[in-house]
Amino acid sequence: MAWEPRIIVIACQWCTYQGADLAGSLRYSYPPTVHIIRVPCSGRVEPEFIAEAIKRGADGVFIGGCHFGDCHYKEGNYKAIRRFKLFKRLATDLGVEPERIQLEWISGSEGKRFAEAMTEFDAKIRQLGPNPLKEGANV
Amino acid sequence: MSKPKLAYYLAGGCGGCDMSIVDLSEALVDVAMALDIVFWAPTVADAKYKDLEAMPSGSIDVGLFSGNVRNSEHEHIAKVMRDKCKVLIAFGICAALGGIKSLVNLHTTEELMETAYIYTYSTDNPEKILPQTSYVVDSKYELTLPKLMDARTLDQVVKVDYYIGGCPPHHEHVAKAVTALLSGQLPPAGSWITMGKAVCEVCDKNPVLKGQPKEFAKTVKRVYEGVPDSEKCLMEQGYLCLGPVTQGDCGSKCPSVDIPCRGCGGPIPGVKDFGLRAVSAVASMLENEELVDQIPDPVHLFYRYTLAGSFLGKRIKR
Repeated sequence: MAWEPRIIVIACQWCTYQGADLAGSLRYSYPPTVHIIRVPCSGRVEPEFIAEAIKRGADGVFIGGCHFGDCHYKEGNYKAIRRFKLFKRLATDLGVEPERIQLEWISGSEGKRFAEAMTEFDAKIRQLGPNPLKEGANV
Repeated sequence: MSKPKLAYYLAGGCGGCDMSIVDLSEALVDVAMALDIVFWAPTVADAKYKDLEAMPSGSIDVGLFSGNVRNSEHEHIAKVMRDKCKVLIAFGICAALGGIKSLVNLHTTEELMETAYIYTYSTDNPEKILPQTSYVVDSKYELTLPKLMDARTLDQVVKVDYYIGGCPPHHEHVAKAVTALLSGQLPPAGSWITMGKAVCEVCDKNPVLKGQPKEFAKTVKRVYEGVPDSEKCLMEQGYLCLGPVTQGDCGSKCPSVDIPCRGCGGPIPGVKDFGLRAVSAVASMLENEELVDQIPDPVHLFYRYTLAGSFLGKRIKR
């Protein structure tokens, strides 16, 4: 069977997750390789979550949060971007391709943007090829 | 009743953990009286591997294993220790999570050998001879050396019952651990022997303990830049300190002398990957995201003692 990417999307329940919902309601299509995990806030995303996903064979990890100023908890997304930037530097030094991990702000009204972002990310991961750490179940 | 039997083995370590036991000083006399030390190689007792191998399985009550597993000899003795000891303890951060020497996992063994034996400036080796695991002298005597491998934690080789952090573990913590061990008051198997508090919780610089709010770091400084204010939290002054996620069994010894914590104590309970949780803690204490780019070398800072025991474990080869 040909390789299909497995993409983990960790989405804030107040914005990106709503954006995904809107994308569905508006019948925008995006790749079926995307697996969404809902979290209360992008500030909840520990770098450990991303690393564990990569270790267990995810080909790409996408984190979606609210635009600055829109965070339901006021500053969760500010914490998220600091952690994410630092994690990305660390992961790059450890040999993870930086393109495999991405952070983007997608609000609840940006259903179209969500579908576009997923399509772009999927295309990028297909170009990169399988995660060299692939050890998870190949479902 | 016969005395509990103790075995101690130093693998890929520096002997610092042995020293921290010797540092028990007067307490060591009581400890040594209460225990029957059957094996302590290669530092303290004159014991041979064959003596250890000859002991019956499960005949030793407590085994302390310090240092990481770096070659085939360490791996063999780790398995022997597991077989002979009822309780096996990863003693010190090297055995528990790889230690500072597990930073070798950022390079391949071939790279390390070439650097050490061929390309260093002071090395004269025009024929590029590298150490071999086996060599026959006069076509009849075979000499062998252990095979070098990536650094691994003890629990990546055998099952481990308890972990003790520290580089080395502070002798007061060792005394508490030994007392707990001798009196049988141990936590559930598989856990760290720790009081469970972070370095910050025992640090006298922590503003929160003085009832003041904690401020964001406005700059990122390295230890040699400027002189820190001894009264203020090092993190607030921009000296990146891993105290928030490190076990405080050391009693916050480094921050008390204005040296930021580097995380040798191991992770506080509930942390799966020390370096990444430290990234999380430190990043959220910076005032803005531009400061992140001023941290010079994230891997060596956050994984200084824990690379082998991390999720990724080593640099990924593409």
